[in-house]
Amino acid sequence: MSEVKFSKEHEWVKLEGEVATIGITKHAAEMLGDIVFVELPEKGSNVEKDGSAGVVESTKAASDVYTPLSGELIDINQSIVDDPSKINKDPEGDAWFFKLKMKDKSEIGSLMNREEYDKFSKENSS
Amino acid sequence: MESKKTSLFNLHQKHEAKFVEFAGYKMPIQYKDGIIQEHKFTRTKSGIFDVSHMGQLFIRGKEDLTKSLEKLFPLDLKKLNLDQSKYSFLMNDEAGIYDDLIITKIKEGYLIILNAACKNQDYKIIEEKLDNNYEMNLSENLSLIAIQGPDAKNVLEKVIPNSNKLKFMNGKNFNFEDSSIYITRSGYTGEDGFEISINNNKTQKLVELLLENGSKLIGLGARDTLRLEAGLCLYGNDIDLKTSPIEANLKWAIAKSRIETDYPGSNIIKNQIKNGVKKLRVGIKPETRVIARGETKIYNDQNKEIGKITSGTFGPSVECSIAMGYVENTYCSIDTKIFLEVRGKKVPANICNLPFYKKNYLKGEINV
Repeated sequence: MSEVKFSKEHEWVKLEGEVATIGITKHAAEMLGDIVFVELPEKGSNVEKDGSAGVVESTKAASDVYTPLSGELIDINQSIVDDPSKINKDPEGDAWFFKLKMKDKSEIGSLMNREEYDKFSKENSS
Repeated sequence: MESKKTSLFNLHQKHEAKFVEFAGYKMPIQYKDGIIQEHKFTRTKSGIFDVSHMGQLFIRGKEDLTKSLEKLFPLDLKKLNLDQSKYSFLMNDEAGIYDDLIITKIKEGYLIILNAACKNQDYKIIEEKLDNNYEMNLSENLSLIAIQGPDAKNVLEKVIPNSNKLKFMNGKNFNFEDSSIYITRSGYTGEDGFEISINNNKTQKLVELLLENGSKLIGLGARDTLRLEAGLCLYGNDIDLKTSPIEANLKWAIAKSRIETDYPGSNIIKNQIKNGVKKLRVGIKPETRVIARGETKIYNDQNKEIGKITSGTFGPSVECSIAMGYVENTYCSIDTKIFLEVRGKKVPANICNLPFYKKNYLKGEINV
């Protein structure tokens, strides 16, 4: 059974054992508009919670992608680099960004569940 | 100060526009289809743009008005026919650009279309230079609507018969719902199209009819990607008080007959034409999908800074990253390899021809 959590920076996290799959939420993709460029960190690199872990650019602006969890990147989704428009089509499914092997599972505690995130994103959308 | 709304604000809302604050106006950046779809729809069908935030300045006066305006603009206005338009600039004495504009000769004088962010300052500058000798009116009662794209002429023809007979950079008065409207064949997307000056209270009706005939509302986001693909300058990004028309590679807009005569900045322009310029506006294509936006620094292969980007985006029709910027004149030839510093990394790029997207203007009388 996998569990999905959300961060205040509008990332979603799917937890399966030691592995977290991370992407940006549908709300974030809608706010960004048409995404035309993605840059991801290299596979094998280590990322720190709340640190920058890539960039997405829409036709409007560039935005940093943050990782809500620390760990080692064990996989990145090359298909969104090759075709960034996939992120607007299926942000919370096929268009995941990277998978990491968690360093500290207690970091999950700072994340929100779906209900909390929906409320948060509603209050914070302008 | 509360932002202004155009006469189409309610229609924008109905079409699910996302709004941005632009030059004191609440303007639609995009609608529900998004920038890329809106851009492509304009290139393949036709798009309607609300550009009512732009200034419509009417200057009326007797015969000496033409002579007085020639002291302001590097144009041969004496040769401008009735209803003919020209692209030009308002410059300071250093040939820096206060604004770029379209000036059209109309029955009682001239109509000048100004950028929204510059229009009030332009008014003051022009008023002062003309010594208050003429009747000037920066209209608040008129909206400005553009319809652009290969289908624009057919769509507009159904609503305004005979509009498709207009020639490029020419205008005419038409009748719509017992109201006089002024249409010019022009635009800023690289497509054939029209700009329509119309009373605020008739605007929504006209746009609804254009929509019924197959056109769609397009936001400022797609307007920006369209103009950049067409290699056209955005005032405040690509041209400003620190760039001259010669540096901006817009020499074509300066009338040949005026090069030796007097207007603001004329000495500098003459000198730059004769001796060349230190920096020049060029087209730039990054070798990857990375987008180099305004202010991105440009380097040569020896890591020496040689210029900066002024506009950059992803071009939906050319399907690659595109940019414009200024480089030192020794680096402006086509295919020169340069490097753009984006987020700390040097991205390889090449100087390229403008426009990125081949223009589809109506063929016809184009005399510069």
